[in-house]
Amino acid sequence: MSAGHGHRLHYHGHSPLHRAPGHLKIAGLLVFMLTVVSTPRDWHAAFAAYAVLLLVLVGVSRVPPRYLAARMVVEVPFAVFALLIPFVATGPRTEVLGVSVSAPGLEAASALLVKATLGVLAALLLAATTEADEVLAGLERLRLPHQLVQIMGFMLRYLDVVTAELGRMLVAMRSRGVDPRSPRHWPALGRALGSLFIRSYERGERVHLAMLSRGYTGRLPDLGRTTHRHESARETLADGAEAAAR
Amino acid sequence: MHVPDGFLDAPTSVATAVVAAAGMGLALRGARRELDDRTAPMAGLVAAFVFAGQMINFPVGAGTSGHLLGGALAAVLVGPWTAVLSISVVLIVQALLMADGGITALGTNVTLLGIVAVAVAWVVFRALLAVLPRRLGSVAPAAAGAAFVSVPAAAAVFAGLFAMGGTAPVETSAVLTAMVSWHVVIGLGEALITGLVVGAVVAARPDLVYGARSVLAERPLVIRDAQERAS
Repeated sequence: MSAGHGHRLHYHGHSPLHRAPGHLKIAGLLVFMLTVVSTPRDWHAAFAAYAVLLLVLVGVSRVPPRYLAARMVVEVPFAVFALLIPFVATGPRTEVLGVSVSAPGLEAASALLVKATLGVLAALLLAATTEADEVLAGLERLRLPHQLVQIMGFMLRYLDVVTAELGRMLVAMRSRGVDPRSPRHWPALGRALGSLFIRSYERGERVHLAMLSRGYTGRLPDLGRTTHRHESARETLADGAEAAAR
Repeated sequence: MHVPDGFLDAPTSVATAVVAAAGMGLALRGARRELDDRTAPMAGLVAAFVFAGQMINFPVGAGTSGHLLGGALAAVLVGPWTAVLSISVVLIVQALLMADGGITALGTNVTLLGIVAVAVAWVVFRALLAVLPRRLGSVAPAAAGAAFVSVPAAAAVFAGLFAMGGTAPVETSAVLTAMVSWHVVIGLGEALITGLVVGAVVAARPDLVYGARSVLAERPLVIRDAQERAS
């Protein structure tokens, strides 16, 4: 396994948005969303402007809108929750399709939905146009503690290994007639997750020892300057560690 | 469920971000005591494990599904400081790379799931371990109890935040009742899975379980000779 295949939401492309440095995109997302969240809910024109801005950026990024739309489903559980608000909120009641709901609650819920939708779309756009490495380098340039960025780097690097390991366990369970989702079979799932933890922990120990043997001193070199990933010393160190850890 | 953008107002979001940053700063120092220079690879792998564990969805009913939060599980398995770091990193990665949980709500999510849930779980775990008989078999039930309390506790803190900076006019008591009663149900599932996983690890590799160390250290070395074993 090598981190170079992009993470699950990444959409390969060469647009200006893809090439923009990660720290600008992360800071931009944060400023944009803070602005959206602090906009009073009755400034409808402002929200329309935010939506247009986002759609223009989607156009610039050349990520197909269908690709983003299909991934908006992460919002669904929250949308269900927001739909409940008008029924439980306080304030004067109003009639919508013959059902009595709270008027301020209805306003609040629609504002919530609009803000959350803008947030999900903006975050999806960042994820679709930014490689995991570039996000890490961006966070490093935004002065996040080096240690924290390192932890994140290791998590991303081994995410596919660990989830694939779990996937194989689940396939093995299913092929023996066990349904991991059913509470009846939770004891089996518990044991599977227990051994997944032991395997992950031992993998961490092997990686650490292999890194030590290659001169790891607590800092990874060059995290902020990886433009060509195969030339960077960081990759050599971690790839070597990975090979030794197998 | 992660808090999305727009649920809490900007001042509350910023305030929770400050709390989250302070908590993570403390955890970085604490984790170095737990793991020294192994911190980065170990916490990273634990984060990947927690993320994988969260991928298993359980149908809750009405078309929705829930998943493990993992705060109590991580706290008992690798210690509270490393757990705070691992859960926070999972939440940051989910917000930045998976569009799961809003970026302005990241501070809130880290505070609730990464700090409150882990801290409550650890305190309850230590308390239960002190009350229960001091043997390895007590670790898993104590972990389950900690997981059960930690979920509604995080929900109650969320209700408090909502009272301060909520953007919808819903009565605080109604939010509190709904959040806590719903999360008691989620907490039951969380407790069951946490107890089973911790039990499985304790059975196979008790030396890896951070929460079992105090019990393991007290376990006397028993030397049996061959005849005794035969009888």
